[in-house]
Amino acid sequence: MSDVLVAGTQITLDDEGFLTDPSEWSPDVASELAANIGLELSDEHWAAINFARTDFEENGETPTLRRMAQAGGVSTKEMFRLFPKKPAKKMAYVAGLPKPVGCV
Amino acid sequence: MTATMSDTLPTPDLDSDAEGRKLAIICSKGSLDMAYPGLVLANAALGEGIETHLFFTFWGFDIINKETMDHLQFTPLGNPATHMPPSLMGLPGMTAFATHMMKKQMEGLDIPDVPEFLEMITDAGGHLWGCRMSADMQHLDEDDLYDRVEGIISAADFMELSEGAQTIFV
Repeated sequence: MSDVLVAGTQITLDDEGFLTDPSEWSPDVASELAANIGLELSDEHWAAINFARTDFEENGETPTLRRMAQAGGVSTKEMFRLFPKKPAKKMAYVAGLPKPVGCV
Repeated sequence: MTATMSDTLPTPDLDSDAEGRKLAIICSKGSLDMAYPGLVLANAALGEGIETHLFFTFWGFDIINKETMDHLQFTPLGNPATHMPPSLMGLPGMTAFATHMMKKQMEGLDIPDVPEFLEMITDAGGHLWGCRMSADMQHLDEDDLYDRVEGIISAADFMELSEGAQTIFV
């Protein structure tokens, strides 16, 4: 765990670098975390992030790729385009959510 | 201070495409319960940026055969995992019942059926291959297979494409 200053906010990250508390997140934090992994956030990224945040609030779980496609309206192909290589984890990282735990 | 702090920020490893890491999954069984392990693992690997190939052979061919892919069955007969008396499992209708129950369970967990799973895997960049000998044995060609199967290949072809891959046999 480490406390760091990101976008002027004090946030706590776990050993891997994920936010430990989703409530410490803000859009500015997201932009900075995104830049940290080489992403520049477009409207499409924001749509995915906002859905993921809302879904997490409602269900207490970070959506998996399948959930993003089924309920979030972001297809698996789009997710790979927006967040290349490790889409679910990248999205969770930027959205300030825990890594998805679902297998599918 | 809002500059990028990648020097100081602990950053998860989200960009290695596991350089050189490659997975080949051999799906040799076509029952509903044995179709899923390969599909779940493939899906997980793709989500981690790992190049993934699925090779469908023998009974596993049913997973990509258009005629059968949506009708795979789970038979409890001779399957100790059911923890049920074997004598009961042979009763008429038991396979249909068990298949129905398993499908319901999967649906409850929001796990896709086989055709949708294959769609998801290929959307994520996974590669599907049919086995030449299985095709010949069943007198099937590429037209009989799920559209996204990239080709029917021989065992030797599979050896070539799985070079350097971690291989899982299901």
